[in-house]
Amino acid sequence: MIKFESVVKKYPDGTVAVNGLDLVAPSGKITVFVGPSGCGKTTSLRMINRMIEPTSGTIWLDDQDTGKVDASTLRRGIGYVIQHAGLFPHRTIVDNVATVPLLLGRDKKKARSQAIELMERVGLPASFAKRYPAQLSGGQQQRVGVARALAADPPVMLMDEPFSAVDPVVRAELQDEFLRLQSELGKTIIFVTHDIDEAVKLGDQVAVLKVGGTLAQLASPATLLTDPVDDFVAGFVGRDRGYRALGFESGQLDPDTEQTVKLGDDAAAVGRAARDGWSLAVDDARRPLGWVRAAALAEGKQVTPELLHRGGTLAPVSGSLRGALDAALSSPAGRGVLIDDNGALVGTVTASEVVQRIESQLAGRRNGSDG
Amino acid sequence: MINYLKNNPDNVSSWFFTHLWMSVLPVVIGLIIALPIGWVASRYRWTYPPITNLAGLLYTIPSLALFILMPSILGTKILSPVNMVVALTVYSLALLVRVVADGLNSVAPDIRAAATAMGFSGIGRFLRVDLPIAVPVITAGLRVATVSNVSLVSVGALIGVPQLGSLFTEGFSRYIPGITLLGILLCLALALVLDALIVLGSRVLTPWQRAVAKR
Ligand SMILES: Nc1ncnc2c1ncn2[C@@H]1O[C@H](COP(=O)(O)OP(=O)(O)OP(=O)(O)O)[C@@H](O)[C@H]1O
Ligand SMILES: [Mg+2]
Repeated sequence: MIKFESVVKKYPDGTVAVNGLDLVAPSGKITVFVGPSGCGKTTSLRMINRMIEPTSGTIWLDDQDTGKVDASTLRRGIGYVIQHAGLFPHRTIVDNVATVPLLLGRDKKKARSQAIELMERVGLPASFAKRYPAQLSGGQQQRVGVARALAADPPVMLMDEPFSAVDPVVRAELQDEFLRLQSELGKTIIFVTHDIDEAVKLGDQVAVLKVGGTLAQLASPATLLTDPVDDFVAGFVGRDRGYRALGFESGQLDPDTEQTVKLGDDAAAVGRAARDGWSLAVDDARRPLGWVRAAALAEGKQVTPELLHRGGTLAPVSGSLRGALDAALSSPAGRGVLIDDNGALVGTVTASEVVQRIESQLAGRRNGSDG
Repeated sequence: MINYLKNNPDNVSSWFFTHLWMSVLPVVIGLIIALPIGWVASRYRWTYPPITNLAGLLYTIPSLALFILMPSILGTKILSPVNMVVALTVYSLALLVRVVADGLNSVAPDIRAAATAMGFSGIGRFLRVDLPIAVPVITAGLRVATVSNVSLVSVGALIGVPQLGSLFTEGFSRYIPGITLLGILLCLALALVLDALIVLGSRVLTPWQRAVAKR
Protein backbone atom coordinates (compact mmCIF):
# COMPACT_ATOMS: atom_id res chain seq x y z
CA MET A 1 0.00 0.00 0.00
CA ILE A 2 1.18 3.51 -0.81
CA LYS A 3 -0.39 6.33 1.15
CA PHE A 4 -0.09 10.06 0.50
CA GLU A 5 -0.82 12.16 3.58
CA SER A 6 -1.34 15.90 2.90
CA VAL A 7 1.63 15.89 0.55
CA VAL A 8 2.75 19.27 -0.80
CA LYS A 9 5.52 20.05 -3.26
CA LYS A 10 6.53 23.63 -3.80
CA TYR A 11 9.52 24.08 -6.10
CA PRO A 12 12.16 26.68 -5.20
CA ASP A 13 10.83 29.01 -7.90
CA GLY A 14 7.45 29.09 -6.15
CA THR A 15 5.58 26.68 -8.44
CA VAL A 16 3.18 24.59 -6.39
CA ALA A 17 3.20 21.29 -8.28
CA VAL A 18 1.33 19.19 -5.73
CA ASN A 19 -1.02 20.74 -3.23
CA GLY A 20 -2.23 18.69 -0.30
CA LEU A 21 -2.53 15.27 -1.89
CA ASP A 22 -4.32 12.60 0.18
CA LEU A 23 -4.64 9.23 -1.47
CA VAL A 24 -4.21 5.52 -0.92
CA ALA A 25 -2.96 3.15 -3.62
CA PRO A 26 -3.98 -0.31 -2.41
CA SER A 27 -1.61 -3.27 -2.55
CA GLY A 28 -1.74 -5.49 -5.61
CA LYS A 29 -3.80 -2.96 -7.59
CA ILE A 30 -3.13 -0.52 -10.39
CA THR A 31 -3.73 3.12 -9.44
CA VAL A 32 -3.58 5.49 -12.39
CA PHE A 33 -2.67 9.19 -12.07
CA VAL A 34 -4.21 11.03 -14.97
CA GLY A 35 -4.53 14.70 -15.74
CA PRO A 36 -3.49 17.48 -18.10
CA SER A 37 0.16 18.39 -18.66
CA GLY A 38 1.74 20.09 -15.66
CA CYS A 39 -0.79 18.87 -13.08
CA GLY A 40 1.94 17.28 -10.98
CA LYS A 41 1.77 13.61 -12.01
CA THR A 42 5.49 13.09 -12.42
CA THR A 43 6.21 15.14 -9.30
CA SER A 44 3.80 13.00 -7.26
CA LEU A 45 5.30 9.81 -8.62
CA ARG A 46 8.88 10.88 -7.97
CA MET A 47 8.12 11.86 -4.41
CA ILE A 48 7.33 8.21 -3.68
CA ASN A 49 10.91 7.07 -4.31
CA ARG A 50 12.27 10.44 -3.20
CA MET A 51 13.77 11.47 -6.49
CA ILE A 52 11.89 14.61 -5.42
CA GLU A 53 11.54 15.44 -1.73
CA PRO A 54 8.09 16.60 -0.56
CA THR A 55 7.93 20.08 0.92
CA SER A 56 5.55 18.80 3.58
CA GLY A 57 3.40 15.78 4.28
CA THR A 58 4.26 12.11 4.48
CA ILE A 59 4.28 9.23 2.02
CA TRP A 60 3.92 5.79 3.53
CA LEU A 61 5.00 2.55 1.96
CA ASP A 62 2.97 0.04 3.97
CA ASP A 63 3.89 1.11 7.52
CA GLN A 64 7.24 2.65 6.55
CA ASP A 65 7.62 6.45 6.40
CA THR A 66 9.57 6.83 3.15
CA GLY A 67 11.19 10.01 4.47
CA LYS A 68 12.97 7.97 7.13
CA VAL A 69 14.74 5.39 4.89
CA ASP A 70 17.98 5.76 2.96
CA ALA A 71 16.99 7.01 -0.50
CA SER A 72 19.12 4.61 -2.55
CA THR A 73 17.90 1.61 -0.53
CA LEU A 74 14.32 2.77 -0.94
CA ARG A 75 14.76 3.10 -4.71
CA ARG A 76 16.29 -0.33 -5.19
CA GLY A 77 13.08 -1.78 -3.74
CA ILE A 78 10.80 0.16 -6.07
CA GLY A 79 10.63 -0.56 -9.78
CA TYR A 80 10.59 2.57 -11.92
CA VAL A 81 9.68 2.78 -15.58
CA ILE A 82 10.57 6.13 -17.06
CA GLN A 83 9.03 7.89 -20.04
CA HIS A 84 10.90 7.07 -23.30
CA ALA A 85 12.35 4.04 -21.48
CA GLY A 86 15.52 5.94 -20.42
CA LEU A 87 17.71 2.92 -21.14
CA PHE A 88 21.46 3.12 -20.59
CA PRO A 89 22.84 3.48 -24.14
CA HIS A 90 26.25 2.05 -23.22
CA ARG A 91 24.94 -1.21 -21.78
CA THR A 92 23.61 -4.24 -23.60
CA ILE A 93 19.93 -5.08 -23.23
CA VAL A 94 20.62 -7.92 -20.82
CA ASP A 95 22.78 -5.67 -18.63
CA ASN A 96 20.16 -2.94 -18.75
CA VAL A 97 17.58 -5.40 -17.48
CA ALA A 98 19.94 -6.74 -14.81
CA THR A 99 20.86 -3.25 -13.53
CA VAL A 100 19.22 -3.42 -10.10
CA PRO A 101 20.13 -7.04 -9.26
CA LEU A 102 23.75 -6.19 -10.13
CA LEU A 103 23.57 -3.06 -7.98
CA LEU A 104 22.27 -5.21 -5.15
CA GLY A 105 25.43 -7.28 -5.54
CA ARG A 106 23.77 -10.43 -6.84
CA ASP A 107 25.76 -13.02 -8.76
CA LYS A 108 26.46 -11.73 -12.27
CA LYS A 109 25.76 -14.93 -14.14
CA LYS A 110 22.54 -15.57 -12.29
CA ALA A 111 21.39 -11.97 -12.70
CA ARG A 112 21.94 -12.22 -16.45
CA SER A 113 20.14 -15.51 -16.90
CA GLN A 114 17.22 -14.15 -14.89
CA ALA A 115 17.29 -11.03 -17.04
CA ILE A 116 16.95 -13.15 -20.17
CA GLU A 117 13.99 -15.02 -18.68
CA LEU A 118 12.41 -11.69 -17.88
CA MET A 119 13.01 -10.43 -21.42
CA GLU A 120 11.08 -13.38 -22.77
CA ARG A 121 8.35 -12.73 -20.26
CA VAL A 122 7.79 -9.21 -21.59
CA GLY A 123 7.86 -10.45 -25.17
CA LEU A 124 11.46 -9.86 -26.23
CA PRO A 125 13.45 -12.62 -27.94
CA ALA A 126 16.52 -13.77 -26.01
CA SER A 127 18.56 -13.02 -29.12
CA PHE A 128 18.27 -9.30 -28.26
CA ALA A 129 20.35 -9.81 -25.11
CA LYS A 130 23.64 -8.67 -26.64
CA ARG A 131 22.20 -5.73 -28.54
CA TYR A 132 22.38 -2.11 -27.47
CA PRO A 133 19.29 0.03 -26.87
CA ALA A 134 19.84 2.06 -30.05
CA GLN A 135 19.35 -1.15 -32.05
CA LEU A 136 15.77 -1.61 -30.79
CA SER A 137 12.50 -0.04 -31.90
CA GLY A 138 10.67 2.32 -29.58
CA GLY A 139 8.17 -0.35 -28.54
CA GLN A 140 10.93 -2.86 -27.87
CA GLN A 141 12.78 -0.30 -25.75
CA GLN A 142 9.65 0.25 -23.68
CA ARG A 143 9.50 -3.49 -23.04
CA VAL A 144 13.10 -3.43 -21.88
CA GLY A 145 12.20 -0.54 -19.57
CA VAL A 146 9.41 -2.63 -18.02
CA ALA A 147 11.67 -5.69 -17.70
CA ARG A 148 14.38 -3.57 -16.04
CA ALA A 149 11.90 -2.27 -13.48
CA LEU A 150 10.73 -5.82 -12.72
CA ALA A 151 14.20 -7.35 -12.46
CA ALA A 152 14.66 -7.23 -8.68
CA ASP A 153 11.04 -8.35 -8.25
CA PRO A 154 10.01 -5.23 -6.31
CA PRO A 155 6.54 -5.28 -4.74
CA VAL A 156 5.96 -1.71 -5.92
CA MET A 157 6.21 -0.33 -9.45
CA LEU A 158 6.06 3.29 -10.52
CA MET A 159 5.43 3.85 -14.21
CA ASP A 160 5.62 7.30 -15.81
CA GLU A 161 3.89 7.32 -19.20
CA PRO A 162 5.62 4.07 -20.12
CA PHE A 163 3.69 3.53 -23.35
CA SER A 164 3.37 7.09 -24.61
CA ALA A 165 6.14 7.14 -27.18
CA VAL A 166 4.79 4.40 -29.45
CA ASP A 167 2.09 4.21 -32.10
CA PRO A 168 -1.47 3.28 -31.08
CA VAL A 169 -1.27 -0.32 -32.29
CA VAL A 170 1.92 -1.08 -30.37
CA ARG A 171 0.54 0.80 -27.38
CA ALA A 172 -2.58 -1.34 -27.28
CA GLU A 173 -0.38 -4.43 -27.51
CA LEU A 174 1.85 -3.26 -24.65
CA GLN A 175 -1.20 -2.42 -22.54
CA ASP A 176 -2.73 -5.86 -23.04
CA GLU A 177 0.53 -7.57 -22.16
CA PHE A 178 0.96 -5.32 -19.17
CA LEU A 179 -2.49 -6.33 -17.86
CA ARG A 180 -1.72 -10.00 -18.44
CA LEU A 181 1.61 -9.65 -16.61
CA GLN A 182 -0.03 -7.82 -13.71
CA SER A 183 -2.66 -10.55 -13.38
CA GLU A 184 0.23 -12.96 -12.80
CA LEU A 185 2.40 -10.70 -10.62
CA GLY A 186 -0.10 -8.68 -8.58
CA LYS A 187 2.23 -5.73 -7.95
CA THR A 188 1.25 -2.49 -6.31
CA ILE A 189 1.43 -0.13 -9.25
CA ILE A 190 1.12 3.60 -9.75
CA PHE A 191 0.81 4.36 -13.42
CA VAL A 192 1.00 7.90 -14.82
CA THR A 193 -0.61 8.87 -18.10
CA HIS A 194 -2.27 11.87 -19.67
CA ASP A 195 -4.44 9.62 -21.84
CA ILE A 196 -7.81 9.08 -20.19
CA ASP A 197 -8.56 6.03 -22.35
CA GLU A 198 -5.38 4.37 -21.14
CA ALA A 199 -6.28 5.30 -17.55
CA VAL A 200 -9.72 3.78 -17.87
CA LYS A 201 -8.41 0.66 -19.55
CA LEU A 202 -5.62 -0.09 -17.09
CA GLY A 203 -6.68 1.32 -13.74
CA ASP A 204 -8.32 -0.53 -10.89
CA GLN A 205 -8.78 3.00 -9.64
CA VAL A 206 -8.11 6.31 -11.34
CA ALA A 207 -6.98 9.55 -9.70
CA VAL A 208 -7.77 12.59 -11.83
CA LEU A 209 -5.45 15.48 -10.97
CA LYS A 210 -5.99 19.16 -11.74
CA VAL A 211 -3.35 21.73 -12.64
CA GLY A 212 -2.21 23.20 -9.34
CA GLY A 213 -1.69 19.71 -8.01
CA THR A 214 -5.00 18.85 -6.41
CA LEU A 215 -7.00 15.64 -6.61
CA ALA A 216 -10.23 16.16 -8.53
CA GLN A 217 -11.62 12.64 -8.22
CA LEU A 218 -10.50 9.20 -7.15
CA ALA A 219 -12.79 6.48 -8.42
CA SER A 220 -13.12 3.27 -10.34
CA PRO A 221 -13.02 3.74 -14.13
CA ALA A 222 -16.73 2.94 -14.47
CA THR A 223 -17.69 5.50 -11.83
CA LEU A 224 -15.45 8.07 -13.44
CA LEU A 225 -17.25 7.64 -16.75
CA THR A 226 -20.78 7.49 -15.41
CA ASP A 227 -20.52 9.86 -12.47
CA PRO A 228 -17.79 12.51 -12.87
CA VAL A 229 -17.70 14.67 -9.78
CA ASP A 230 -17.46 18.09 -11.50
CA ASP A 231 -17.23 19.85 -14.86
CA PHE A 232 -13.47 19.55 -14.93
CA VAL A 233 -13.55 15.77 -14.61
CA ALA A 234 -16.50 15.50 -17.02
CA GLY A 235 -14.61 17.59 -19.56
CA PHE A 236 -11.41 15.68 -19.08
CA VAL A 237 -13.10 12.30 -19.33
CA GLY A 238 -14.39 13.61 -22.63
CA ARG A 239 -16.92 12.62 -25.25
CA ASP A 240 -18.67 9.31 -25.71
CA ARG A 241 -18.64 8.75 -21.96
CA GLY A 242 -21.87 6.79 -22.07
CA TYR A 243 -20.65 4.53 -24.81
CA ARG A 244 -17.22 4.06 -23.21
CA ALA A 245 -18.80 3.22 -19.86
CA LEU A 246 -20.40 0.23 -21.58
CA GLY A 247 -16.91 -1.21 -21.62
CA PHE A 248 -17.42 -1.95 -17.92
CA GLU A 249 -20.96 -3.25 -18.33
CA SER A 250 -21.23 -6.97 -18.75
CA GLY A 251 -24.54 -8.67 -19.17
CA GLN A 252 -26.03 -11.96 -20.20
CA LEU A 253 -27.01 -11.85 -23.87
CA ASP A 254 -29.11 -14.46 -25.54
CA PRO A 255 -27.37 -15.11 -28.85
CA ASP A 256 -29.24 -16.55 -31.82
CA THR A 257 -27.94 -19.73 -33.37
CA GLU A 258 -26.24 -19.03 -36.68
CA GLN A 259 -26.20 -21.43 -39.63
CA THR A 260 -22.66 -21.45 -40.95
CA VAL A 261 -20.83 -22.30 -44.14
CA LYS A 262 -17.24 -23.35 -44.81
CA LEU A 263 -14.72 -22.44 -47.46
CA GLY A 264 -15.45 -24.57 -50.49
CA ASP A 265 -19.22 -24.75 -49.91
CA ASP A 266 -21.26 -24.02 -53.00
CA ALA A 267 -23.82 -21.34 -53.73
CA ALA A 268 -26.72 -23.59 -52.81
CA ALA A 269 -25.31 -24.21 -49.31
CA VAL A 270 -24.73 -20.50 -48.83
CA GLY A 271 -28.27 -19.75 -49.93
CA ARG A 272 -29.67 -22.27 -47.45
CA ALA A 273 -27.66 -20.85 -44.53
CA ALA A 274 -28.24 -17.18 -45.33
CA ARG A 275 -30.46 -14.90 -43.28
CA ASP A 276 -31.23 -11.49 -44.80
CA GLY A 277 -28.91 -12.47 -47.65
CA TRP A 278 -25.75 -13.08 -45.57
CA SER A 279 -24.19 -16.17 -44.12
CA LEU A 280 -21.22 -16.63 -41.81
CA ALA A 281 -18.19 -18.67 -42.82
CA VAL A 282 -16.23 -20.52 -40.11
CA ASP A 283 -13.17 -22.77 -40.12
CA ASP A 284 -12.97 -26.36 -38.92
CA ALA A 285 -12.67 -25.23 -35.29
CA ARG A 286 -15.83 -23.10 -35.81
CA ARG A 287 -13.81 -19.90 -35.59
CA PRO A 288 -15.53 -17.14 -37.60
CA LEU A 289 -13.75 -16.18 -40.82
CA GLY A 290 -16.09 -13.59 -42.33
CA TRP A 291 -19.45 -12.97 -43.93
CA VAL A 292 -20.52 -14.07 -47.43
CA ARG A 293 -23.23 -12.28 -49.38
CA ALA A 294 -25.37 -14.98 -50.94
CA ALA A 295 -26.11 -12.80 -53.98
CA ALA A 296 -22.40 -12.43 -54.71
CA LEU A 297 -22.04 -16.14 -55.30
CA ALA A 298 -23.01 -17.21 -58.82
CA GLU A 299 -24.68 -20.58 -59.40
CA GLY A 300 -22.15 -23.39 -59.10
CA LYS A 301 -19.38 -21.19 -57.59
CA GLN A 302 -17.73 -21.94 -54.24
CA VAL A 303 -16.95 -19.86 -51.16
CA THR A 304 -13.39 -18.52 -51.45
CA PRO A 305 -11.41 -16.31 -49.05
CA GLU A 306 -11.69 -13.40 -51.50
CA LEU A 307 -15.47 -13.39 -51.13
CA LEU A 308 -15.38 -12.92 -47.36
CA HIS A 309 -16.31 -9.58 -45.74
CA ARG A 310 -14.20 -9.24 -42.64
CA GLY A 311 -15.36 -5.86 -41.33
CA GLY A 312 -17.25 -7.24 -38.33
CA THR A 313 -15.49 -7.25 -34.94
CA LEU A 314 -15.76 -10.34 -32.75
CA ALA A 315 -16.97 -10.00 -29.17
CA PRO A 316 -16.26 -12.52 -26.41
CA VAL A 317 -19.57 -13.72 -25.02
CA SER A 318 -18.26 -13.15 -21.50
CA GLY A 319 -17.01 -9.66 -22.41
CA SER A 320 -18.56 -6.21 -22.17
CA LEU A 321 -21.77 -5.01 -23.76
CA ARG A 322 -19.69 -2.39 -25.53
CA GLY A 323 -17.88 -5.16 -27.39
CA ALA A 324 -21.13 -6.88 -28.30
CA LEU A 325 -22.70 -3.63 -29.52
CA ASP A 326 -19.63 -2.83 -31.57
CA ALA A 327 -19.68 -6.31 -33.08
CA ALA A 328 -23.29 -5.81 -34.15
CA LEU A 329 -22.74 -2.30 -35.50
CA SER A 330 -19.64 -3.28 -37.46
CA SER A 331 -21.07 -6.46 -38.95
CA PRO A 332 -21.93 -6.26 -42.67
CA ALA A 333 -24.82 -8.64 -41.96
CA GLY A 334 -26.15 -6.53 -39.06
CA ARG A 335 -25.55 -9.44 -36.71
CA GLY A 336 -22.73 -9.25 -34.18
CA VAL A 337 -20.64 -12.38 -33.79
CA LEU A 338 -20.08 -13.66 -30.24
CA ILE A 339 -17.25 -16.10 -29.56
CA ASP A 340 -16.13 -18.20 -26.62
CA ASP A 341 -12.72 -18.23 -24.92
CA ASN A 342 -11.30 -20.45 -27.66
CA GLY A 343 -12.44 -18.08 -30.36
CA ALA A 344 -15.20 -20.44 -31.56
CA LEU A 345 -18.60 -19.17 -32.63
CA VAL A 346 -21.32 -19.05 -29.96
CA GLY A 347 -24.00 -17.19 -31.88
CA THR A 348 -25.02 -13.75 -33.10
CA VAL A 349 -26.90 -10.76 -31.68
CA THR A 350 -28.37 -7.67 -33.30
CA ALA A 351 -27.70 -4.14 -32.13
CA SER A 352 -31.25 -3.72 -30.92
CA GLU A 353 -30.99 -6.87 -28.82
CA VAL A 354 -27.85 -5.49 -27.17
CA VAL A 355 -29.41 -2.06 -26.63
CA GLN A 356 -32.45 -3.66 -25.06
CA ARG A 357 -30.23 -5.53 -22.68
CA ILE A 358 -28.35 -2.32 -21.80
CA GLU A 359 -31.57 -0.39 -21.23
CA SER A 360 -33.09 -2.96 -18.97
CA GLN A 361 -29.88 -3.27 -17.00
CA LEU A 362 -29.48 0.49 -16.53
CA ALA A 363 -33.15 0.90 -15.70
CA GLY A 364 -32.87 -1.79 -13.08
CA ARG A 365 -29.96 0.01 -11.51
CA ARG A 366 -31.68 3.43 -11.63
CA ASN A 367 -34.74 2.12 -9.88
CA GLY A 368 -32.60 0.20 -7.43
CA SER A 369 -30.53 3.21 -6.46
CA ASP A 370 -33.57 5.54 -6.34
CA GLY A 371 -35.37 3.26 -3.93
CA MET B 1 68.10 14.98 -43.48
CA ILE B 2 68.72 11.27 -43.81
CA ASN B 3 72.40 11.86 -43.15
CA TYR B 4 71.63 13.72 -39.96
CA LEU B 5 69.47 10.83 -38.79
CA LYS B 6 72.29 8.36 -39.66
CA ASN B 7 74.89 10.37 -37.80
CA ASN B 8 72.83 11.11 -34.69
CA PRO B 9 70.47 8.15 -34.18
CA ASP B 10 70.81 8.18 -30.38
CA ASN B 11 70.17 11.90 -30.07
CA VAL B 12 67.13 11.82 -32.29
CA SER B 13 65.57 8.78 -30.68
CA SER B 14 66.10 10.10 -27.16
CA TRP B 15 64.57 13.43 -28.22
CA PHE B 16 61.65 11.55 -29.74
CA PHE B 17 60.92 9.69 -26.50
CA THR B 18 61.34 12.81 -24.38
CA HIS B 19 58.91 14.53 -26.70
CA LEU B 20 56.53 11.60 -26.38
CA TRP B 21 56.30 11.49 -22.60
CA MET B 22 56.30 15.27 -22.30
CA SER B 23 53.26 15.38 -24.56
CA VAL B 24 51.38 12.52 -22.98
CA LEU B 25 52.05 12.84 -19.25
CA PRO B 26 50.46 16.31 -18.92
CA VAL B 27 47.30 15.06 -20.65
CA VAL B 28 47.06 12.12 -18.27
CA ILE B 29 47.57 14.28 -15.17
CA GLY B 30 45.30 16.97 -16.64
CA LEU B 31 42.52 14.44 -17.20
CA ILE B 32 42.80 13.03 -13.69
CA ILE B 33 42.46 16.52 -12.22
CA ALA B 34 39.81 17.59 -14.76
CA LEU B 35 37.45 14.71 -13.91
CA PRO B 36 36.48 15.88 -10.41
CA ILE B 37 36.46 19.55 -11.39
CA GLY B 38 34.40 18.85 -14.50
CA TRP B 39 32.05 16.76 -12.38
CA VAL B 40 31.52 19.68 -10.02
CA ALA B 41 30.88 22.02 -12.97
CA SER B 42 28.23 19.69 -14.36
CA ARG B 43 26.70 18.65 -11.03
CA TYR B 44 26.35 22.17 -9.61
CA ARG B 45 25.25 24.22 -12.58
CA TRP B 46 26.08 27.60 -11.09
CA THR B 47 29.78 26.64 -10.92
CA TYR B 48 29.95 25.93 -14.66
CA PRO B 49 30.44 29.53 -15.88
CA PRO B 50 33.16 30.54 -13.36
CA ILE B 51 35.03 27.25 -13.75
CA THR B 52 35.02 27.20 -17.54
CA ASN B 53 35.82 30.94 -17.75
CA LEU B 54 38.80 30.50 -15.46
CA ALA B 55 39.95 27.54 -17.55
CA GLY B 56 39.59 29.61 -20.72
CA LEU B 57 41.68 32.37 -19.13
CA LEU B 58 44.48 29.93 -18.27
CA TYR B 59 44.53 28.79 -21.86
CA THR B 60 45.23 32.31 -23.12
CA ILE B 61 48.57 32.62 -21.25
CA PRO B 62 51.29 32.47 -23.93
CA SER B 63 53.14 29.18 -23.66
CA LEU B 64 56.65 30.60 -23.74
CA ALA B 65 55.77 33.00 -20.92
CA LEU B 66 54.39 30.16 -18.84
CA PHE B 67 57.49 28.03 -19.42
CA ILE B 68 59.72 30.89 -18.32
CA LEU B 69 57.56 31.73 -15.30
CA MET B 70 57.37 28.17 -14.00
CA PRO B 71 60.76 28.02 -12.23
CA SER B 72 59.95 31.09 -10.15
CA ILE B 73 56.51 29.68 -9.27
CA LEU B 74 57.68 26.14 -8.55
CA GLY B 75 61.19 26.86 -7.35
CA THR B 76 62.60 24.43 -9.88
CA LYS B 77 65.73 24.77 -12.03
CA ILE B 78 65.34 26.70 -15.27
CA LEU B 79 66.18 23.66 -17.40
CA SER B 80 64.13 21.11 -15.44
CA PRO B 81 61.61 19.20 -17.56
CA VAL B 82 59.22 19.52 -14.60
CA ASN B 83 58.58 23.13 -15.66
CA MET B 84 57.29 22.02 -19.02
CA VAL B 85 55.26 19.16 -17.68
CA VAL B 86 53.52 21.40 -15.16
CA ALA B 87 52.93 24.16 -17.69
CA LEU B 88 51.49 21.74 -20.23
CA THR B 89 49.38 20.13 -17.53
CA VAL B 90 47.85 23.55 -16.93
CA TYR B 91 46.93 23.80 -20.61
CA SER B 92 45.58 20.25 -20.77
CA LEU B 93 43.60 20.84 -17.62
CA ALA B 94 42.20 24.10 -18.93
CA LEU B 95 41.01 22.34 -22.07
CA LEU B 96 39.75 19.16 -20.44
CA VAL B 97 37.74 20.70 -17.59
CA ARG B 98 35.29 22.11 -20.06
CA VAL B 99 35.32 18.91 -22.13
CA VAL B 100 34.58 16.72 -19.09
CA ALA B 101 31.81 19.04 -17.91
CA ASP B 102 30.24 19.13 -21.37
CA GLY B 103 30.60 15.37 -21.73
CA LEU B 104 28.83 14.77 -18.45
CA ASN B 105 26.15 17.30 -19.39
CA SER B 106 25.58 15.40 -22.63
CA VAL B 107 23.96 12.54 -20.69
CA ALA B 108 20.22 12.84 -21.39
CA PRO B 109 18.07 13.87 -18.40
CA ASP B 110 15.94 10.74 -18.89
CA ILE B 111 18.99 8.54 -18.47
CA ARG B 112 20.16 10.40 -15.37
CA ALA B 113 16.70 10.15 -13.86
CA ALA B 114 16.55 6.44 -14.68
CA ALA B 115 19.93 5.88 -13.02
CA THR B 116 18.81 7.70 -9.89
CA ALA B 117 15.54 5.78 -9.86
CA MET B 118 17.39 2.46 -10.10
CA GLY B 119 19.19 3.40 -6.90
CA PHE B 120 22.63 4.44 -8.16
CA SER B 121 24.34 6.62 -5.56
CA GLY B 122 26.33 9.74 -6.55
CA ILE B 123 29.73 8.20 -7.19
CA GLY B 124 28.26 4.97 -8.58
CA ARG B 125 26.24 6.91 -11.09
CA PHE B 126 29.28 8.96 -12.09
CA LEU B 127 31.50 5.93 -12.65
CA ARG B 128 29.00 3.51 -14.15
CA VAL B 129 26.60 5.71 -16.07
CA ASP B 130 27.66 9.33 -16.64
CA LEU B 131 31.37 8.79 -17.32
CA PRO B 132 31.02 5.87 -19.78
CA ILE B 133 28.41 7.80 -21.73
CA ALA B 134 30.68 10.88 -21.77
CA VAL B 135 33.62 8.90 -23.19
CA PRO B 136 33.12 9.95 -26.83
CA VAL B 137 33.05 13.65 -25.92
CA ILE B 138 35.99 13.33 -23.53
CA THR B 139 38.18 11.43 -26.00
CA ALA B 140 37.48 14.08 -28.62
CA GLY B 141 38.94 16.58 -26.14
CA LEU B 142 41.87 14.30 -25.38
CA ARG B 143 42.75 14.23 -29.05
CA VAL B 144 42.89 18.01 -29.24
CA ALA B 145 44.88 18.29 -25.99
CA THR B 146 47.40 15.65 -27.04
CA VAL B 147 48.02 16.96 -30.52
CA SER B 148 48.33 20.52 -29.29
CA ASN B 149 50.79 19.34 -26.62
CA VAL B 150 52.99 17.75 -29.27
CA SER B 151 53.36 21.12 -30.89
CA LEU B 152 53.68 23.05 -27.60
CA VAL B 153 56.47 20.77 -26.36
CA SER B 154 58.66 21.80 -29.27
CA VAL B 155 58.51 25.43 -28.06
CA GLY B 156 60.50 24.18 -25.05
CA ALA B 157 63.56 23.99 -27.27
CA LEU B 158 63.79 27.78 -26.90
CA ILE B 159 64.37 27.40 -23.16
CA GLY B 160 66.77 24.53 -23.67
CA VAL B 161 64.80 21.42 -22.87
CA PRO B 162 65.99 18.94 -25.50
CA GLN B 163 63.32 17.14 -27.54
CA LEU B 164 62.24 17.13 -31.19
CA GLY B 165 61.98 20.92 -31.05
CA SER B 166 65.75 20.94 -30.75
CA LEU B 167 65.84 19.85 -34.41
CA PHE B 168 64.12 23.14 -35.31
CA THR B 169 66.62 25.28 -33.41
CA GLU B 170 69.54 23.25 -34.70
CA GLY B 171 68.34 23.35 -38.32
CA PHE B 172 67.80 27.08 -37.93
CA SER B 173 71.17 27.90 -36.40
CA ARG B 174 73.11 25.71 -38.86
CA TYR B 175 71.11 26.85 -41.90
CA ILE B 176 70.17 23.25 -42.78
CA PRO B 177 66.43 23.18 -43.63
CA GLY B 178 66.61 19.36 -43.86
CA ILE B 179 67.10 19.07 -40.11
CA THR B 180 64.11 21.33 -39.45
CA LEU B 181 62.09 19.29 -41.89
CA LEU B 182 63.07 16.08 -40.07
CA GLY B 183 61.80 17.66 -36.83
CA ILE B 184 58.51 18.59 -38.45
CA LEU B 185 58.02 15.12 -39.90
CA LEU B 186 58.80 13.40 -36.61
CA CYS B 187 56.43 15.72 -34.70
CA LEU B 188 53.74 15.04 -37.27
CA ALA B 189 54.27 11.29 -37.03
CA LEU B 190 54.13 11.43 -33.25
CA ALA B 191 50.92 13.46 -33.29
CA LEU B 192 49.29 11.10 -35.79
CA VAL B 193 50.24 7.97 -33.86
CA LEU B 194 49.04 9.35 -30.53
CA ASP B 195 45.80 10.53 -32.13
CA ALA B 196 45.24 7.11 -33.66
CA LEU B 197 45.86 5.43 -30.30
CA ILE B 198 43.25 7.62 -28.61
CA VAL B 199 40.72 6.90 -31.36
CA LEU B 200 41.41 3.20 -30.95
CA GLY B 201 41.07 3.38 -27.18
CA SER B 202 37.80 5.23 -27.52
CA ARG B 203 36.46 2.57 -29.88
CA VAL B 204 37.36 -0.18 -27.46
CA LEU B 205 35.63 1.66 -24.62
CA THR B 206 32.46 2.41 -26.58
CA PRO B 207 31.27 -0.65 -28.51
CA TRP B 208 27.75 0.77 -28.17
CA GLN B 209 28.68 3.72 -30.39
CA ARG B 210 29.37 1.43 -33.31
CA ALA B 211 26.08 -0.33 -32.67
CA VAL B 212 24.40 3.05 -33.13
CA ALA B 213 26.36 3.79 -36.29
CA LYS B 214 25.47 0.45 -37.87
CA ARG B 215 21.77 1.07 -37.51
N1 LIG C 1 12.38 21.30 -11.12
C1 LIG C 1 11.31 22.09 -11.23
N2 LIG C 1 11.37 23.38 -10.87
C2 LIG C 1 10.29 24.19 -10.97
N3 LIG C 1 9.08 23.79 -11.41
C3 LIG C 1 8.96 22.52 -11.79
C4 LIG C 1 10.05 21.59 -11.73
N4 LIG C 1 9.62 20.38 -12.17
C5 LIG C 1 8.33 20.56 -12.50
N5 LIG C 1 7.92 21.82 -12.27
C6 LIG C 1 6.57 22.38 -12.46
O1 LIG C 1 5.67 21.66 -11.63
C7 LIG C 1 4.45 21.41 -12.31
C8 LIG C 1 4.18 19.92 -12.34
O2 LIG C 1 5.17 19.26 -13.12
P1 LIG C 1 5.12 17.71 -13.42
O3 LIG C 1 6.33 17.36 -14.20
O4 LIG C 1 4.87 16.97 -12.18
O5 LIG C 1 3.83 17.63 -14.36
P2 LIG C 1 3.20 16.38 -15.12
O6 LIG C 1 1.80 16.26 -14.62
O7 LIG C 1 4.06 15.20 -15.00
O8 LIG C 1 3.14 16.92 -16.61
P3 LIG C 1 3.37 16.14 -18.01
O9 LIG C 1 2.10 15.44 -18.32
O10 LIG C 1 3.61 17.26 -18.96
O11 LIG C 1 4.54 15.23 -17.84
C9 LIG C 1 4.59 22.04 -13.68
O12 LIG C 1 3.98 23.31 -13.64
C10 LIG C 1 6.08 22.18 -13.87
O13 LIG C 1 6.37 23.29 -14.66
MG1 LIG D 1 5.25 14.06 -16.41
